[in-house]
Amino acid sequence: MNPAPLVALVGNPNAGKSALFNALTGARQKVGNYPGVTVERHSGRMVLPDGRPVELIDLPGTYSLDPSSPDEQVTRDVLFGKQAGERLPDAIVTVVDASNLDNHLRFTLQLIALGLPIVVALNMVDLAERDGLKLDPERLERELGVPVVPTVAVRRRGLDALKDRIADLARTAGKAQPNPAIQHDMIVLQRRARQIASAVTVSETAARRWTHRLDAIALHPVSGPILLLGLLFIMFQAVFAWSEAPIGWIEAGMAWLGGAVGDALPEGLLRSMLVDGVIGGVGAVIVFLPQILILFAFILVLEATGYMVRAAFLMDRLMAGVGLSGRAFIPLLSSFACAVPGIMATRTISDEKDRLTTILIAPMMTCSARLPVYTIIIGALIPDRAIGPGVGLQGVVLFALYILGIAGAFVAALVLRRTVTKGATSGFMMEMPKYQLPRLRDIGLGLWQRAEIFLKRAGTIILVTTIVLWALLSFPKPPEGSNISPVDYSVAGRIGNALETVVAPIGFNRDMALALIPAMAAREVAVAAIGTVYAIDNPDDAAGEASIRDNLQAHWSLPSALAFLMWFVFAPQCISTIAVTRRETNGWKWPAFMLGYLFAIAYISAGLTYWTAVALGLG
Amino acid sequence: MNMAAAIPVPVRLAQLPRMKPGTVSDVDWTHLSEPEARRLRELGLDEGVEIELLHRAGLFGGPVACRIGRMTVALRRHVAAAIHVSPSVG
Repeated sequence: MNPAPLVALVGNPNAGKSALFNALTGARQKVGNYPGVTVERHSGRMVLPDGRPVELIDLPGTYSLDPSSPDEQVTRDVLFGKQAGERLPDAIVTVVDASNLDNHLRFTLQLIALGLPIVVALNMVDLAERDGLKLDPERLERELGVPVVPTVAVRRRGLDALKDRIADLARTAGKAQPNPAIQHDMIVLQRRARQIASAVTVSETAARRWTHRLDAIALHPVSGPILLLGLLFIMFQAVFAWSEAPIGWIEAGMAWLGGAVGDALPEGLLRSMLVDGVIGGVGAVIVFLPQILILFAFILVLEATGYMVRAAFLMDRLMAGVGLSGRAFIPLLSSFACAVPGIMATRTISDEKDRLTTILIAPMMTCSARLPVYTIIIGALIPDRAIGPGVGLQGVVLFALYILGIAGAFVAALVLRRTVTKGATSGFMMEMPKYQLPRLRDIGLGLWQRAEIFLKRAGTIILVTTIVLWALLSFPKPPEGSNISPVDYSVAGRIGNALETVVAPIGFNRDMALALIPAMAAREVAVAAIGTVYAIDNPDDAAGEASIRDNLQAHWSLPSALAFLMWFVFAPQCISTIAVTRRETNGWKWPAFMLGYLFAIAYISAGLTYWTAVALGLG
Repeated sequence: MNMAAAIPVPVRLAQLPRMKPGTVSDVDWTHLSEPEARRLRELGLDEGVEIELLHRAGLFGGPVACRIGRMTVALRRHVAAAIHVSPSVG
């Protein structure tokens, strides 16, 4: 059987391409990767009015067929049938923003010249009308010589007509080949595009667009930065405040599950593995799903509304000071949720050195996986007292850890840009899209994809790590009557004792050394590891967070705990980050460099913290 | 219409008063790096296009936001300085 025809969605950035893709495919989407590059491949199935299935792919937005960043390269290569792992599309749907025709038509002209069957989706016609722009789609069809369908993707308008057109194109599928001799002269194309745009514009009233009114506040030299700081403050506040209730539900659910399994199974190895290892370990991680989703929800909304580019605009001066561009702000902000999507988001940065620097500093942004570690250690060892009206010491310490990561990243960028990633100053040139109300459906889809990735991770890497760690901590059992503790006698205990000699100078005890090893798989596991260590050493204690807290207070000194927190600010403790860095930079050189410099900073700063705290008599 | 007033002296985009539209009269392409020049053309900058300075970010030489045709674009100051604009009259 022949595979379903492949239809590619192509267009300028901000043409509403992804919204159209979501509207056409619904939830039947797959997010994958193109081999060899980290550009995400979004594909989905769509059923035509005549019942035939079609595979739709959403190609990265680009301004022309001359690529200037890795994701734009993918778009070009797919359209020429040169992208590994992708067949040549049978037809193209090019998406143009109706209120930005003179610019978007230039790329459309280039695509038409390519010679593949094509239909133009004249998108966001409602916004164009709101801006006082009246267009003649039939005239556009005549001028371009290809079918044109007016659409409003977010309101699902024009989709049936578009599907009919795609069905027409799909009938001749597989016959056309791309014509390599396309027009590349931007000026010639641009002038023709402007000519067509003015020909199809029936009337244009100078309506002052509300995007301009919002920008008057959002980009204002005074109110702009205040608004940005306010939004960031609300975002981080929400991560903690809104997540309390759902975290409580998950904790209660896990406690119930642990209790039920504990009661149902006889005392023994299997029960220990399931309750101490699996439910304790994976549960300690899943608890952070609400915080991660809240953070991603904010980032998705900021992107969907068009505000993210404004934030990049406001941050550009500051970023330029350390040799980066405002564009780097977007991946760095995403890195607060997780460095992996953050590093992947750097692919929109065209300058190679700029991109590399951003990748190298991204792991210093406090990702959500550090939160469990911070929360539990701060909760156990930092006194819960107010140091001002409404300001608690614990909150200040947490805030300071975030700031330290950001400060460290800026200093690192400054140094890297003058040494290993030296190069010409990179530019900042970005289209600022119109403000738009985010569609709940699109945000929901994005969140669902994030949740799926996180739960898969919890179910695979974290599950395996916790079981392996439990096994290493449980075997071999000390001989009957021995006075060596079960943990000290186990394989993991012996590794921890060996590692302790390396980290003892910076104030780490054996349990901390032990927690560092599984934390390499995922930082969150450090919490579970500490919990498992104490659960196995004191099998009679009640399991759960309360017991971790009591044990931390009993076994950890304040200087050690502070040093441990400092370690987690900088240490590149995450295999996924290292793997994605290797893929992004095509080799082991940069991930190795990243590991080296971040571990060095982590070790030195943890040491300095410990020695200072001891000297101040905090221990 | 008075012809002398209709041919204003071109100014650099960076010096153009805010919210006073003009027309691109000339671009110092040689003052821009090759990728900068290409991206600028892709964003629709060309001689004869209507342009307007909308916002300046901060006081310390941050980027500017301008309208090129119907599109809003953020540029750094040195790029804005390479674009010469004839202010519209009236």
